[in-house]
Amino acid sequence: MNDLVVQTDGLTKRYGERLAVDSVSMTVRRGEVYGFLGPNGAGKTTTLRMMLGLIRPSAGTVSVLGRPAGRPDVIARVGALVEGPGFFPYLSGRDNLRTMARYRDLGDHAVDAALERVDLTDRAGDRFKAYSLGMKQRLGVASALLGDPELIVLDEPTNGLDPAGMADMRALVVSLARGGQTVLLSSHLLTEVQEICDRVGVINGGRLLREARVDELRGEATLRVRATPEDAAIAVAMRVAGENAVSRTPLGLELELAAEAAPALVRDLVAAGVDVHEVSPTERSLEEVFFEMTTEAPTTKEKVA
Amino acid sequence: MTTLIDNPVLRSTRAEVLRLRRWPAVWVLVAVWIALALVFGYLFPYLSYRTGDLSFAGDGDTRAQLLVEMLPAAIPTVLVQGLPMFGGALALVLGAIVAGNGYGWGTWKTVFTQGPSRPATVGGSLVALTLAVLGSLALTLVLFLGVSLLVAGTESQAVTWPSAGAMLESFGGGFLVLEMWALLGFALGTVARGPALAVGLGLVWALVVENLLRGVGALLGPVEAVTEVLPGTAGGSLVGALVDVSSNPNETPGVLDVLTGSQALLTVLAYCVGLVVLVLVVVRRRDVT
Repeated sequence: MNDLVVQTDGLTKRYGERLAVDSVSMTVRRGEVYGFLGPNGAGKTTTLRMMLGLIRPSAGTVSVLGRPAGRPDVIARVGALVEGPGFFPYLSGRDNLRTMARYRDLGDHAVDAALERVDLTDRAGDRFKAYSLGMKQRLGVASALLGDPELIVLDEPTNGLDPAGMADMRALVVSLARGGQTVLLSSHLLTEVQEICDRVGVINGGRLLREARVDELRGEATLRVRATPEDAAIAVAMRVAGENAVSRTPLGLELELAAEAAPALVRDLVAAGVDVHEVSPTERSLEEVFFEMTTEAPTTKEKVA
Repeated sequence: MTTLIDNPVLRSTRAEVLRLRRWPAVWVLVAVWIALALVFGYLFPYLSYRTGDLSFAGDGDTRAQLLVEMLPAAIPTVLVQGLPMFGGALALVLGAIVAGNGYGWGTWKTVFTQGPSRPATVGGSLVALTLAVLGSLALTLVLFLGVSLLVAGTESQAVTWPSAGAMLESFGGGFLVLEMWALLGFALGTVARGPALAVGLGLVWALVVENLLRGVGALLGPVEAVTEVLPGTAGGSLVGALVDVSSNPNETPGVLDVLTGSQALLTVLAYCVGLVVLVLVVVRRRDVT
C-alpha cells in the first residue's frame, strides 16, 4: 500500500558550520513527475545525493522504494544523473554505457535502447571527451534510463541543452511517466517544471519551503483593482477580502479573491463612493509564486496591514 | 540466489576490465614497462657483450657470464630484477590512476549508483587491476622467452630451460611485488581522491625517501628498524632472494638482501592485505560528490 517512492524525514546535511540541507521532509509518489525546484546552491543536489546513498545524512532518514536509501537492492532499481554526467573521457559513449550496463548485469541491447531514447545512436562511437555539453548531458540521461528503473532521478537534465534539446528532454520525461516510471527532476527553470511536473517541492537555503501540486501553487488567483481614492478603496477591499488579503502593488491593489467575487466587490466600492478604473482577475505564474517564496523580503509588494 | 553470474564483484570486475582494456594510459604504462625491461634486461647486456665493453655489467661479469644471463635459463632472474625500481614505480602509477581519476571525472559517483555495493564495486576494480598486473607480467615473460631464444639462436648456444619451480617462484614473487606497488598506488589514489598527488607522493616515496632512509638507517639503529618494514625494502628483498643476490652480487638498483626471503614474502603479503582492507574501509564510509 506504500505508494511513496521517496520519503525523507528531517533530512539534514551539515558541512562544518553550514547547513546545506536543513530538515527536509518530502515525498515522491509512484508514477508522478516530481519537480524539485530551487535556485543554485539551494540544496537540491545534496538532497538527491543523500537519496542515492552517495553521501550520508547528518540527521534524518531517507527511504527509497520503501527501504533505506543507498542499499544495493534499492540502488539497482533507481537510475540517476546527479550533478553533471560523470563518464570515462577516453571511452566512446557506447562503451561508457556498456561499462555501466555490466555493473547492472544488462546486455548491449539495453545500451542500444538507451542510446536510441536520447537520440545519440549516430554519435555513440565517438569518444565522450569529444561530445558537446548537450551530448554529454544526454548520455547521462541515457545512463539513468538503463534497465528501465522504477525511479529516475535527473538533476538539472536540461543543463547545456539548446531549446530543441530541452523540448526533447521534456517530451522524454513525460513519456517516461506515461510508461509508469517515477521521475524526480530537479531544476531551477520554472517553465520546465510548470509544463511537465505533477507536484513540486520548492527548496531554498536548504529548507523545503512548500510541497504541493503545481496547480495548487498557482491556483491562488487574485483580483487586481485600480480605484480612487486609494484609502477608501483599501478600506472596502479589506472588509470584503479580509484584513490580510490585500496588498498594494505598482499596478494597483491585489486582493486574494477569486474572479467570482468581482461583481460584489465592485458594488461595495461604488456604494462607498470609490471610482473604479479597472478590475481584473490575475492568475499567478509559478515564477511569481517561486520568487515570493524564495526572496525573503518582497520588493515590489508591501502588505497594507 | 547468488549464482556466479549474479555476483556483484564479478559484474564490477567485468565492467572495470572493459574500461581498463580500452584505456590508452594503461597501454602506455604497459608499453613503457616492457620497453624498459627489454632494454635493461637484454639490449644493454647484448650491446655490452657484442662490443666487449664490460663497464655496463659493472658487477665484474665476464663476457661469458653476460651471455649466460641472456639465455632462456636465466629468465627467472631477468624477469624480476627490474621490478624493484621501475616495475614497482609503474605499477604504482597504474594503481593510482585507476583509483584516482574516477573522482575527478565523477565516474565513481556514476558507478556507485549502478547497484553493486561499494565494497563489491571497489573489489571488482581491484580484481581488474590485479588482472592487468598479471597480464603485463605474463606478456613480459612471453617476450623474454622469445628474445632469449633469439639470443641463443644468434649466438649458437644450446637451449636449456629453467626449472618449472624456478619459473613459478620468479613469476609468483614478481607478481606479488608488482601487486603490492599497484595496491599502494590504488590506496594513495583513493585517499587523495585524485591521481596527481597520489602519483607524485608515491614516486617520491618509492624512488627517493626509501633510499634516503636506508642510507640513514645504515648509520642509525632505530631508523634501520623502520626501514626494514618499508614496502621498497620488502619488495627489493623478495626480488633479492629470488635472484639470490647474496651469493651472486648484482648491482641492479633496488635489489636488496636486507630481509630474508620468507621475511620479505610475509611483509609483502601483509602490505597487500592491509592495503586492500584500507581501501575498502575508506571507500565504504566516505561521501562521494
